[in-house]
Amino acid sequence: MYTTEFDYHRAGSVQEALALLAANPDAKLLAGGHSLIPAMKLRLASPPALIDVSKVAGLRGIRLEGVEVVIGAMTTHRDVEFSDVLRAACPLLSQVAPLIGDPMVRNRGTVGGALAHADPAADYPASMLALGASMTIASTSGERTVPADEFFTGMFETAVAPGELLTEIRVPAATLGEGQAYEKFAHPASRYAIAGVAAVVRTQGGSVSSARVAMTGAGYHAMRLTKVEEALVGQTPTPEVVEAAVRGAVSPDELLGDHFASAEYRAHLVEVQARKAILRALGSAG
Amino acid sequence: MNRVPINLNVNGKATRSDVEPRQLLVHFLRDTLGLTGTHVGCDTSQCGACTVHVDGEAVKSCTLFAVQADGASVTTIEGLAHEGRLHALQEGFWEMHGLQCGFCTPGMIMSAADLLAHEPDPSEEQIRHALEGNFCRCTGYHNIVRAVRHAAEANARGASSEPVVAADD
Ligand SMILES: Cc1cc2nc3c(=O)[nH]c(=O)nc-3n(C[C@H](O)[C@H](O)[C@H](O)COP(=O)(O)OP(=O)(O)OC[C@H]3O[C@@H](n4cnc5c(N)ncnc54)[C@H](O)[C@@H]3O)c2cc1C
Ligand code: FES
Ligand code: FES
Repeated sequence: MYTTEFDYHRAGSVQEALALLAANPDAKLLAGGHSLIPAMKLRLASPPALIDVSKVAGLRGIRLEGVEVVIGAMTTHRDVEFSDVLRAACPLLSQVAPLIGDPMVRNRGTVGGALAHADPAADYPASMLALGASMTIASTSGERTVPADEFFTGMFETAVAPGELLTEIRVPAATLGEGQAYEKFAHPASRYAIAGVAAVVRTQGGSVSSARVAMTGAGYHAMRLTKVEEALVGQTPTPEVVEAAVRGAVSPDELLGDHFASAEYRAHLVEVQARKAILRALGSAG
Repeated sequence: MNRVPINLNVNGKATRSDVEPRQLLVHFLRDTLGLTGTHVGCDTSQCGACTVHVDGEAVKSCTLFAVQADGASVTTIEGLAHEGRLHALQEGFWEMHGLQCGFCTPGMIMSAADLLAHEPDPSEEQIRHALEGNFCRCTGYHNIVRAVRHAAEANARGASSEPVVAADD
């Protein structure tokens, strides 16, 4: 399977990547290539040029910076899966990464590539919404920060504009009393999410003090389940309260339906995954 | 047509070549180097028949342009046996009847080698999780799992003097 022809450029630094983007406005950035190359092989994408950013210095790695975990955009899913920093400070991402695709996909695919691609069935977007992450985006005019809530704008659409490069993701480190969990109903062949729900909950004195719950896979893009969050906050989180909170979490009218799963079925799956994720997050809230 | 030079170390041998940027690593290995042990089983990056190691990590060589591997060490199924002796995983597949048609086998073995490098004593569940990206149309997987266990046990006994990953790692 051959893609169409393209020119290949490799960027060594963020500045170089941005300059190459400016000089080749129709070029596409190439990170792990595990969404872009399959699309190019099927000729769903035929960019005239690729700018390989996978080896840009300083964009790969995970570090703790004060109360935030900073994840370089070119950090692979495998790096996330085996990161001790994340296991301690952001267990949600340690749960999500091993559920992505398979080991070979995780060895190449990157966090930044997955977020910038914004596949409606991708796993990280729900987690970034639930964690309240923020994205750092670079362009020739400088850097800007976009909160996850404003990042996913549509199906395969994000706040990253042409000529811009997503450079890092900042995630608030977990605090005392916080629990995090991700539950995914995976497509049996592709392993992508048909419905995935991430939950980050905090309890104080026996009741829920804050809850962020987000879904992916079922809709056009990942989104917060605000009705569920509101129904949890201030409550004593019994299984009955959680059950009531997730009921009608999302209307099928807002969801995708295809030959794998109808919108009604996806709405049901979102409720089930939300219940499981919230209960497990509550169970781990320490 | 533009071509770019790449340097690769394949199974311990340095190679230098001018490639078209769109040439996939799997085609470079098969068509340019004649290493046809690495197979192509799908067009959708799902089957794992094309799995090789790039700098010691299992990757799908159908989902990587050869230019992206510039400067890397690549190990294919041809690089596992040493001086006429099969690798522990090759022995395992032989002993436990881990293959029928054999089409998926090179990819299975390369994925399993990545697993054993991280987890020398994997449980059945860990083996199944690690081989999620490798499809087999023949065996039903049970004997493949047994073959990987066989290799892990042989390595633990020191029965094989071969390292789990290839020589250049
Ligand atoms: C068989 C298979 C199974 C998979 N299963 C799953 C799954 O279960 N869950 C899941 O979430 N994903 C899954 N994926 C997708 C995988 O996670 C990809 O790695 C990911 O979607 C894209 O990341 P990448 O680094 O490979 O990006 P690429 O494919 O290189 O790029 C994707 C897009 O993002 C753009 N881009 C890349 N980096 C940047 C950047 N820094 N700034 C701006 N734009 C950028 C590119 O131009 C391109 O348009 C699967 C993929 C395969 C092949
Ligand atoms: S040939 Fe099927 S995954 Fe590479
Ligand atoms: S042995 Fe035939 S595909 Fe696995």
